[in-house]
Amino acid sequence: MDYETLRLIWWALLGILLIGFAVMDGFDLGTAALLPFVARTDEERRIAINTVGPVWEGNQVWFILGGGAIFAAWPTLYAASFSGFYLAMFLVLATLILRPAAFKFRSKMDQPAWRSTWDWALFLGGVVPSLVFGVAFGNLFLGVPFGFDGDLRFHSDITLWSLLNPFALLVGLTSLAMIVLHGAAWLNLKTDSTVQARARKIMPAASLGFLVLFSVAGLWLLRIDGYTIVSGAAHDGPSNPLLKEVVREPGAWLSGTGPWVAAALAILAAAAAPVLRERPLAAFLSSALVPTGTIAAAGLALFPFLMPSSSIPAASLTVWDASSSKLTLAIMLGAVALILPFVLAYIAFVYRVMRGPVRAEDIRDNSKSAY
Amino acid sequence: MDLVELSRLQFAVTALYHFIFVPLTLGLSVLLGIMETVYVMTGRQIWRDLTKFWGILFGINFAMGVATGITMEFQFGTNWAYYSQYVGDVFGAPLALEGLMAFFLEATFVGLFFFAWDRLSKVQHLIATWLLAIGTNLSALWILIANGWMQYPVGARFNADTMRMEVADFMAVLFNPVAQAKFVHTVSAGYVTGSIFVLAISAWYLLKGRHVEFAKRSMTVAASFGLASALSVVVLGDESGYTAGENQKMKIAAIEAMWHTEPAPASFTLFGLPDLATHTTEYEIRVPWMLGLVATRVTDRPVPGISELVGEANTRIRDGLIAYRALSARRRLDQYRPYLWTAFLSLPLPWIAAELGWIVAEYGRQPWVIVGVLPTALGVSSTTVGNVTFSLLGFALFYSALLVVDLYLLRKYIRLGPEEALSPPPRMAEVAAE
Repeated sequence: MDYETLRLIWWALLGILLIGFAVMDGFDLGTAALLPFVARTDEERRIAINTVGPVWEGNQVWFILGGGAIFAAWPTLYAASFSGFYLAMFLVLATLILRPAAFKFRSKMDQPAWRSTWDWALFLGGVVPSLVFGVAFGNLFLGVPFGFDGDLRFHSDITLWSLLNPFALLVGLTSLAMIVLHGAAWLNLKTDSTVQARARKIMPAASLGFLVLFSVAGLWLLRIDGYTIVSGAAHDGPSNPLLKEVVREPGAWLSGTGPWVAAALAILAAAAAPVLRERPLAAFLSSALVPTGTIAAAGLALFPFLMPSSSIPAASLTVWDASSSKLTLAIMLGAVALILPFVLAYIAFVYRVMRGPVRAEDIRDNSKSAY
Repeated sequence: MDLVELSRLQFAVTALYHFIFVPLTLGLSVLLGIMETVYVMTGRQIWRDLTKFWGILFGINFAMGVATGITMEFQFGTNWAYYSQYVGDVFGAPLALEGLMAFFLEATFVGLFFFAWDRLSKVQHLIATWLLAIGTNLSALWILIANGWMQYPVGARFNADTMRMEVADFMAVLFNPVAQAKFVHTVSAGYVTGSIFVLAISAWYLLKGRHVEFAKRSMTVAASFGLASALSVVVLGDESGYTAGENQKMKIAAIEAMWHTEPAPASFTLFGLPDLATHTTEYEIRVPWMLGLVATRVTDRPVPGISELVGEANTRIRDGLIAYRALSARRRLDQYRPYLWTAFLSLPLPWIAAELGWIVAEYGRQPWVIVGVLPTALGVSSTTVGNVTFSLLGFALFYSALLVVDLYLLRKYIRLGPEEALSPPPRMAEVAAE
């Protein structure tokens, strides 16, 4: 397999991992973000939390694996994005750190103050990452100020405040609405009590919120200058981001048909999810297609860019110059092809074992072992 | 402090916190597997309750391992960006494989372990428990392949077109002798930690005369497994440690404050205050011949990691002996109060050994982040002192608060004991009859 094909496959795999994260971890982030709204009593909260209890740890591995895979396949992107978005990453990590503790510790004491503290931790752990990931994506479209010296040492002028610009915040809210819709669809599927009734009411609102925000962001994006490679950047060349010429060009982000098709999928799926809410599984699968379409649209719009530089456009990271060596990409592809099918199979098995709604009796019968 | 020192301090703090929880996860997961295997083989309820009770403590600890582990995966990028750019082609692969092969396995089956007791058959649940244990152990393998490569960077070469190190021989990275040695050493250390944990708490129950049937059985499992592990640390860990790596000579010399090559047989410096300015060591207490004795074993084959092994093996041999005595006293355990006290009081020892081991391993590699390839000071991100100070304080604060909560909950559940902690509570009449 040649270097260009390997890079394209790894670009697709990067998208698949991000989609895996948004779909699988998305519903438990969404459930946590909805906790104060769908569940008022302690029992209701425990019902909501226990819908994700057995699976959230596995779901979070999509995030961890995403980090590992970017490190292995796109090391320059790993270095640039995580150090460039330093404080944003800290916010994500700090709130995600609270989650495992909150899930595990919450039910270990009876005091209401104790439990509501961990409910807040779960809430923040759901809202903040959903928002920040969207903000990060928003900034990718705008480009962020960074460059490399001759040793390919990354340097940047990115600050947390510069990331919090109106367009990026809009994308952040879009991401949050998407995750909330997905969480509501999950609770609709996995509960059958007052929690389900409330989740069902939230679905149309979240869907509408997503559709409006997503459309406004899309229209805004038409007016944002994209980036285009004008020379250099051989598709099978060395991974050195300083060998090409890049210009900014109006309309470059949405010039292809790919992003439009993917965006249409996201819009249709978001509109269909609340309509299908009486058929919870169909509604959930529909809401799972929202992050799928959204992330695919973003990736296809940016392609071949991964992280454009606004200050030194030629230093932008692209699919052709930010990857690992051909050998590493080939070895890692072999490993993924070999192992991922098994992973997907046992994940499917776990969901089958844990199928069915969580009810109040389940919590009462297992009051000490349930979350 | 400058950017490099702050970044190093943050890595040290987050890694040392993470490794408070990891060894117990490694050891306890296997112990849970063993206990549940006994349950499935004998069908006796008490072994199921035993698995569930130690499972509660495992779960509290596991959550903290997961929480502190998240930072580790991303910190190379946030704080060691040039390192990540320079060696990501080599170093990233084992990290990604760790996620794919190990984290998915442990994190998926830990859910079944806790939530699927009534949804799976006995054998299915047992398989889930063992897959959880295998997953945790595999994660140690992959991260130590990554860490071993930093100590002994084989199978890679510099590419001038991309200005970085790239994989030349993946098999060499995978079968790095230093990584193999570290893996065996680390998992056995984890097994000893798990065993001492169970042993110490069981001893405390026996001293108090509580949960006697539970405690005796737990002690039998922990003592046998702990002894086997302690011996394997000494035999396997030590022996495989003698295979490769010129680079570690410096570490021994530094630990020993051995400023100049000594005529054989060199003496072993037990204590001293090295003076960096004058290259002399004040107030030293030296054991004649001792270093010569240790070093003669390695003259023709330089040894990585011996320095860590020396201190830890001592602790472990002692732990092993405690375990062995407890084992031989199994029949009349509650009469051997001195042993019970020793077992109980040895609770912190494995953690002290493990943390010190990592400090020696990582500090001993300085000034290199990858020996002979990249100096630590060059590896850092181009970020600001303010950013790193903020994140360092943030992590330290979060982790410390969570650790306090974690210890409080562990103490609470240990004091509650199996009868109070499990729902439905174990049927004590049955337990007594068995």
